[in-house]
Amino acid sequence: MNTVFLTHNKIQLALHLLRAGDGQPLLLLHGLGEQTPAVAPAWTEPWAGPVYGLDFTGHGATTVPMGGGYSAETMLADTDVALAHLGPSTIVGRGLGAYVALMIAGARPQLVRGAVLCDGPGLWGGATGPTSTSFHSVDPPYAAPDPNALIDLSRDLRPPDYASLFVRLALEHSGLAEPIAVTAIVRPPWLAAVAGEVGVSTSTVAEALALYKQ
Amino acid sequence: MNRSTPYSARMTTVQFPGAQAPTREYDLDVGGIRIAVHEWGDETADPLFLVHGGFDFARTYDEFAPRLAAAGWRPIAWDQRGHGDSEHAALYGWDADIRDAIGVMSRITSKPAPVIGHSKGGALMIQLADAQPFRFSHLVNLDGLPSKRPMSDLADHERSRMMAGDIAGWLDHRRTTSTAVRKSGTLEELAQRRARMNPRLTMEWLRYLVTVGGREDADGWRWKLDASMRMGGFGPWRPEWTATRIPGLGMPFLGVLAGQQEPMGWGTLPNQIHTHLPPGGRLEVLDDNGHFVHIEAPAVVAEMVTDFLERG
Repeated sequence: MNTVFLTHNKIQLALHLLRAGDGQPLLLLHGLGEQTPAVAPAWTEPWAGPVYGLDFTGHGATTVPMGGGYSAETMLADTDVALAHLGPSTIVGRGLGAYVALMIAGARPQLVRGAVLCDGPGLWGGATGPTSTSFHSVDPPYAAPDPNALIDLSRDLRPPDYASLFVRLALEHSGLAEPIAVTAIVRPPWLAAVAGEVGVSTSTVAEALALYKQ
Repeated sequence: MNRSTPYSARMTTVQFPGAQAPTREYDLDVGGIRIAVHEWGDETADPLFLVHGGFDFARTYDEFAPRLAAAGWRPIAWDQRGHGDSEHAALYGWDADIRDAIGVMSRITSKPAPVIGHSKGGALMIQLADAQPFRFSHLVNLDGLPSKRPMSDLADHERSRMMAGDIAGWLDHRRTTSTAVRKSGTLEELAQRRARMNPRLTMEWLRYLVTVGGREDADGWRWKLDASMRMGGFGPWRPEWTATRIPGLGMPFLGVLAGQQEPMGWGTLPNQIHTHLPPGGRLEVLDDNGHFVHIEAPAVVAEMVTDFLERG
């Protein structure tokens, strides 16, 4: 596994090449508390292009910062830095990575050639609106996965209409008829809303990758 | 940790009538982030917390805090992470700012204390007062009462178009933050830049502000604020959701609303807040003042606050 480190603000992001290939890259986004797998998953075998995995901030081989302050939007920016390096790519995200895959598909529609949203840790996120809140502090030193990430990113708000906005941006600007594919069995409110939008297919990972490799 | 050289002694100073540098300045380690704390007045007096707004810093209270100290309080303000003399962090967030606040407040006292927050600092403290009411004897909010976003009445397609621009602009900015530095200029140029966002504040005050919120490098002055921070942005939170926490607040509550709208103000109208006041809560509207009510009218606001703290 070859790894390059990309700079995002004060963070060194680890981008791992899991398998070389020729063609459009496939970028894997892990779930909350996970990291890029050591080898390319078996279901990536039909993909002809290179297969990469990004470790989000506070995860895997990426920098673990002091003091927390995580948000899904910052993970979105992590992914955007990876796309600036890779160019147009298809993205498969698990759990938290699925939510981030959705966001980047809408935020950078010209750089995302399909986003596949899969079950995994951190799929639910937090509430859909304001709640009673508690605040927890964890004293350093921190190690990956950063406990602050586990706290912050398990409670980030995910209103369904906010999630749907990214689908509409992807559909309007990507040029793809179905820029989002939902494979997750579990559908928290944000994902149920996404699955109900025009431009979103429900399929298996294999079917989605077959569609996006074209 | 005590600081051997006060921040205020490191650079050229400009005088402003009524402004006083903090009596004590020191750093606290909060979750691995260095937070700069500034205090005025008698160290043995009862503590009172001052929370600054977004893109501001603790020493914007240099004129207001001494008035509270003269009334017998020990005003304590801190620079939020990335602001003023506090450390530039890798990550910023609403909850992180609240955790930092808890980290500072819990080091000062375990008893309920009055808290005064301006702008974003006021909104942060509404959430903390809801989550940890035991820290608050009183809550004062200086023009930090949120209402609906101005764009809430836009058609969906128009809002989507604006959001697309906001998101792309923010991501473009994030790609450059590792090498970004704040633009330098003369003291006068920085004051002029600030005047565009704070059009109602005097140039005399803004020049003073540059000397306490900026640093003087070889190529000129620049604000200390982390260059990775940017106005605007996007996210799932809706400002009006903060207002839902106000009716349930149990401590005495005073809101001070600016009558004059300006770029950094929130555009909230009194009738949007009156319906959300907690029992016994007060809302005062300063018709002739803008967002920085405590800077435009320090004597009026200080008297209003000290009277509120005495009478509840």
